Amino acid sequence: MYYNYELMPTIEKHDAIIVGAGVTGAAIARELSKYKLRVLLLEKEAEPAFGVSKSNSGIIHAGTQNHPDSLKGRLCVAGNKLIREISAELGVHFVEVGQLIVVFDETDVAELDRIKHEGEELGIKDMQIVRRDWLSLYEPNLGPEIAAALYVPSAGIISPYRLVYDLTENAVKNGVVLKTSHRVAGIRRLSGGPYRFEVEAAGSKYQTRFLINAAGLFADKVSAMVGVTDFKITPRKGEEYLLDKKREHIANHLVFPLPTPTSKGILIIKTSDGNPMIGPTARDTEDRNDLATTEEGLNEVLAGARRMMPSIERGDIIAYFAGLRPAAGKDFIIRHETTVPGFVNVAGIQSPGLTAAPAIATMVVGILHGNGLVLTPKKNFHSKREKTTHLFEIPLSKTRELIQKDPSYGDIVCRCEMVSAKEIREAIRRGARTMDGIKFRTRAQAGRCHGGFCTTRIMKIMQEELGMTVEEITKRGEGSELVREERRHE
Amino acid sequence: MNERELVVVGGGPAGMAAALAAGAAGVKDILLLERDQHLGGILNQCIHPGFGLHRFKEELTGPEYADRFVKQVAKTPSIEVSLRSFVVKLTSNMKISYLRPGALEEVQAKSVILATGCRERTREMIPIPGTRPSGIYPAGLAQKMINMEGWIPGKEAVIVGSGDIGLIMARRMALEGMKVKAVIEIQKQSRGLVRNVAQCLDDYGIPLYLSHKIVRIEGADRVEKVVVAAVDDAFCEKPGTRFELSCDTVLISVGLIPENELLEMAGARVDRKTNTPVAAEVNRTSIRGMFACGNACKVYDLVDSVTRDSEKAGQMAAQFLKEGK
Amino acid sequence: MSRKLICIECPQGCSLEVALEGNKVVSVTGNTCPRGDKYARSEIENPVRTFTSSVLAEELDIKMLPVRTSGPIPKAGLLPAMREVKKILVSAPVETGAVLAENFMGTGVNLVACRPAKKPDNR
Repeated sequence: MYYNYELMPTIEKHDAIIVGAGVTGAAIARELSKYKLRVLLLEKEAEPAFGVSKSNSGIIHAGTQNHPDSLKGRLCVAGNKLIREISAELGVHFVEVGQLIVVFDETDVAELDRIKHEGEELGIKDMQIVRRDWLSLYEPNLGPEIAAALYVPSAGIISPYRLVYDLTENAVKNGVVLKTSHRVAGIRRLSGGPYRFEVEAAGSKYQTRFLINAAGLFADKVSAMVGVTDFKITPRKGEEYLLDKKREHIANHLVFPLPTPTSKGILIIKTSDGNPMIGPTARDTEDRNDLATTEEGLNEVLAGARRMMPSIERGDIIAYFAGLRPAAGKDFIIRHETTVPGFVNVAGIQSPGLTAAPAIATMVVGILHGNGLVLTPKKNFHSKREKTTHLFEIPLSKTRELIQKDPSYGDIVCRCEMVSAKEIREAIRRGARTMDGIKFRTRAQAGRCHGGFCTTRIMKIMQEELGMTVEEITKRGEGSELVREERRHE
Repeated sequence: MNERELVVVGGGPAGMAAALAAGAAGVKDILLLERDQHLGGILNQCIHPGFGLHRFKEELTGPEYADRFVKQVAKTPSIEVSLRSFVVKLTSNMKISYLRPGALEEVQAKSVILATGCRERTREMIPIPGTRPSGIYPAGLAQKMINMEGWIPGKEAVIVGSGDIGLIMARRMALEGMKVKAVIEIQKQSRGLVRNVAQCLDDYGIPLYLSHKIVRIEGADRVEKVVVAAVDDAFCEKPGTRFELSCDTVLISVGLIPENELLEMAGARVDRKTNTPVAAEVNRTSIRGMFACGNACKVYDLVDSVTRDSEKAGQMAAQFLKEGK
Repeated sequence: MSRKLICIECPQGCSLEVALEGNKVVSVTGNTCPRGDKYARSEIENPVRTFTSSVLAEELDIKMLPVRTSGPIPKAGLLPAMREVKKILVSAPVETGAVLAENFMGTGVNLVACRPAKKPDNR
């Protein structure tokens, strides 16, 4: 038969394909981008971080409450150190606010002691048990029944989705190919030749030597595609409730109760964006798409938070959402599959996954190297990323300078969060394709009015920048369109 | 630093009336700051009639009412209008910083009138459990989309709350060919004007469910349905009364919140519950020389009342500038 | 025979009671001003409404121009009116009150602009 070689689709070949652009996949991609490799990052949603990572609380854990022998423990402590370098390199804001694990009874101080010793075994430093005198000074809004707390200075906060976007942006800058709306439909194992897997996604085929499964809630399904079925992802839902920014200073530290066997409990969380957050709940669910919030969840969270800080009121709640933890047993599953050479599972990455991500990345790269991936460092690796400008976090004098360089910094689109048209266009240029993508990158629509005033303007900017019709604009990808029809002249 | 006698923040009906009244009372230097590209505020999107019956003894649409004032402002030499100007900072001694395309301006005002209007209460604030699909809009946003952009949000709508904006939008959407399945109101009677229930719901055969609430919104990516239930006197769900309404659009019309974040920034006292200025007299604030008017002061039903209220504020500012009180 | 109505002439919204003989109005009670009487009679015999909508504009400083009929039109004409205005495209500057369609749909009233629309650089 005669083949027209120009028309035949060429199958892209890679050294490594990563499935999932959440914080884990993004961190691995960025780490791999330091080496001379062809790397492809596949994400099933319309943008990175739209899966598990977008519901993350943004806590950088110190590592307490993990077994000293666990991957969770060791990688969390290592990640806690690494995140400081990475956030500085990528220009993403990290603040070491510290953590308090509080108890109501003097008898529970023994448990705090145990947690402290376990943490010290992991290498966590400078923890101390503090009592009312310290708490009244440094955490005055705590309820009077709280007897004592374990103060863990090295915990902090970061914006989880901005971290993912900044990691992916840096990875792409350093040569990683990112393909969104590319759900992996099937994986075929190849024999003979260096390419061991053929991955099918969005109607195209990609071949690769190494395949890294960082598919979050669907990691077990992806693993099953190559025949590894010894773990199951059980989604565990967590509802979180955001408080008005006016209550930003209700807490100075992350406030934790004593943990239960399945969760760290209802927390009072300072967030990188300023709004305090209370939650999460922890309920197992079968439905991997169930992100509904509930009346029971609200009541549970409010009760738990008020126990620790009685001045929190229902009226303080301005927003809420739910996330699903991809739980797969007690610890992370990070391993090269000996039965499927070239395949690395990175599954069950629930808390402290965000913190551990940079350390998971170096561990995975080590695993790949140990299984035959040659790592030749790039001489021209761009480690630094220019920090995204947010008018809401710079002084007015700096804003004036920016406006002088570009007048559209003075064109305010979102007034609740003070986001300019320039920042929105920048977000689109950096990869935002949906209303949620713009919200997560810029905070436009995340303020008091929840997009009531700025939505139409943002949609018009998207039309200008991307050439979309208004009917094509979505909240978070296909199926979530905002407008059914635009009136056109008949 | 640029010094101005009076700065009015907000160029909707409140701000325009206040500026005009201050000018009529002798203030010679007035800076009117408006963040949108046109004066008129929310009236620009209120294309329905019902405005001006008291003020002008005529029934005008929102834009027509606004236009009367816009024209008067244009004819008043003492009022300087700055559009696309968004105030980012207000201090207790009345220093104002505002952004506009190409500039960050700083002004020292001798007196200030805040006419910053309201924002809408959203789904998140109610709160309504369920999923977070697209297709849920504050009623005012839907109004802006349809009336100012010609964007039709969806096919079938349910409206939460029988406030006037919700009722007006029920009619608007019905006229635009959408199927409006119901208005759901938690109270025993409609919150909007009785005449709006008549001409917006009865006229179009849209059912109004009083003493009902939405207990869940469902839909994976876009709204698919709402679950409704009857409530008792304590607004708790009555068991066995749930029913579903399939729809792809949900409008939220459950009240307005005065916007006084600038006032709070300046250190003035603001009532935490109502978000309105705390002062000895209406239109005053706890900062001498700083006044408030219109919906930022109190949520009014009629724009005619806003105009009257704002004229008082303008006169107060003029008196303050003359006499220092 | 009687019918209950809410008067929509002004924000008061008086509850009216209309006594009827067949389709003719015999008396109106419950109104607090003569407009209510007039409204009740008209509403029973020939219900009318002021029609408002918006029309597309091009090359002007606004995208949609709000329009109204200069007086009320028969209630049954509202949906046809909606279809009719979709055919209008305003491309030249207009002032408030400008007539966009005279004797709109044969109702005897005009379709007029509710606000000015100018060329974009002419603010």
